[in-house]
Amino acid sequence: MGLTPAEIDHIALLARLELSAPERERAATELSQILGYFEKLKELNTDDVEPTEHVLPVVNVLRADVQRSGLAREAALQNAPEQADGMFQVPRVVEAE
Amino acid sequence: MSFIELTAHQLAAQIKSKRVSCREVADEFLHHIEAVENDVKAFVTVLPEEARRRADALDRRVASGEDIGPLGGVPVGVKDLLCTRGIRTTCSSKILENFVPPYDAHVVERLTAEGAVIIGKLNMDEFAMGSSTENSAFFPTHNPWDLSRVPGGSSGGSTASVAAREVPLSLGSDTGGSIRQPAAYCGCVGIKPTYGLVSRYGLIAFASSLDQIGPIANTVQDAALLLQTIAGHDRRDSTSINRPLPDYLAALNGDIKGLRIGVPKEFYGQGVEGYVNDAVRVAVDKLCELGAEIVEVSMPTAEYGLAAYYIVAPSEASSNLARYDGVQYGLRVAEAGDDIVAMYSKTRAAGFGHEVQHRIMIGTHALSSGFYDAYYAKAQKVRTLIRQDFERAFEKCDVLATPTAPTVAFPIGEKSADPFAMKLADVCTIPVNMAGLPAISVPCGFHENLPMGLQLIGKVLDESTLLRAAHAYEQATEWHKQRPQLVKKLKD
Repeated sequence: MGLTPAEIDHIALLARLELSAPERERAATELSQILGYFEKLKELNTDDVEPTEHVLPVVNVLRADVQRSGLAREAALQNAPEQADGMFQVPRVVEAE
Repeated sequence: MSFIELTAHQLAAQIKSKRVSCREVADEFLHHIEAVENDVKAFVTVLPEEARRRADALDRRVASGEDIGPLGGVPVGVKDLLCTRGIRTTCSSKILENFVPPYDAHVVERLTAEGAVIIGKLNMDEFAMGSSTENSAFFPTHNPWDLSRVPGGSSGGSTASVAAREVPLSLGSDTGGSIRQPAAYCGCVGIKPTYGLVSRYGLIAFASSLDQIGPIANTVQDAALLLQTIAGHDRRDSTSINRPLPDYLAALNGDIKGLRIGVPKEFYGQGVEGYVNDAVRVAVDKLCELGAEIVEVSMPTAEYGLAAYYIVAPSEASSNLARYDGVQYGLRVAEAGDDIVAMYSKTRAAGFGHEVQHRIMIGTHALSSGFYDAYYAKAQKVRTLIRQDFERAFEKCDVLATPTAPTVAFPIGEKSADPFAMKLADVCTIPVNMAGLPAISVPCGFHENLPMGLQLIGKVLDESTLLRAAHAYEQATEWHKQRPQLVKKLKD
């Protein structure tokens, strides 16, 4: 179950990982190997099986809709590589007209 | 007088009766860390000033007659994926190399409330992905029993530090075996609690439906003490179980008469070495001598656990690790004129190690449009089949006994070139996480001077029975009294 170079590029783009040419080749080999291993699961019939998310029936955990304090803005920003005016700063997202 | 040989229980009792101060204990452990750490390299960060300041503060409370708690003055190490307010928390990753959390994890709050002294942050495989601690972005940790070998992983710093007596107790996390496998490799006791028993608030997430925090210690009693400290409901983790907690220490009564021990034959195949099988079978015989009964059980779907795990865990990781994008945390890599996608992609390529990138790509693919049903949904259904296998087995028995790991600790570098071979180290532990069950690894012998572990698996929330059986076994054997040469040498 080999992956094509185009498929690897697509996965890397979705994952937001910039791969060098040798890394792309290594990824193709390693991902193909593990995807091949996953084929083993086809041996199991799971047609009428419910998925497991939690071992105990803990569902719809809600809290009262009352205000609670959160992190102060300075604390939330303290690890930001770049910030300005109390906000996280990122490269331009929208093109200027 | 040496305190590094004492259990956490004994240390807390000595401090309580004022035979020794918290400061003296902290000083001695810090000296011992200095003496062995060049060889072991268990810590990413040691906290001498913070630990001494904290010990002094506790001593003032002891002097004024206060009860400082069941862990009062006991040094504890914490895996470096548990947030500590104001103290760097790296996940052994370059992308979080300078991350200083603005809050404490729930378990760290609990440690502090019960009087523990946090003495440092422990090395691990980057983002807990690995079975040897070689995937740390900083340095590998060495096994105190043989410094040329791995301590296991991902909580390798947590188990190596306990085995080397750098701390009497530590916290690790276990997503597919990351507490139990290194505990077996290092001759420690390690517990992976029932999913939901310990709050994950402030645990840097790897695979949210599998991750659990648990204790590592040199004795079952110490592990029970630490479990009692960290277990219990926390509303900040919506998967946290809200039930009254049992008294785990009270469960250690030595009585396992009539306890039914299931032996699932599938766990004794799958590449498990003969010497491991032999040691575990002898351990099971010992449990019988103590009054337990053996029941043969079968778990036909357990062999699919590894494949299902390598879909579920990377899928959840690919989502959890999306937040490391050069905006909120530490590292940013960009060149002038880069757009935001280029900044994200360069930052993540530079900040994540190979194994982490590999798993992010597996997960991204498994969750991507057109593949979700074939991979993630299928794997979650396989989890149900594994869980049902366990449920059927537990109709016939109270506890399952298996090897913890298929081999003893392997040499550093032996498997790092073949990530798939590395993954097989977790073949006996992964099904337990897939089913959300509790399990413990307890030392059960040595092969060529390297420790091996017996894994006991319990019913949901039945940590008490696991601890009782593990304690009875431990007390009837001498394995937990062995010391690595490294510790013996210092004593002489």
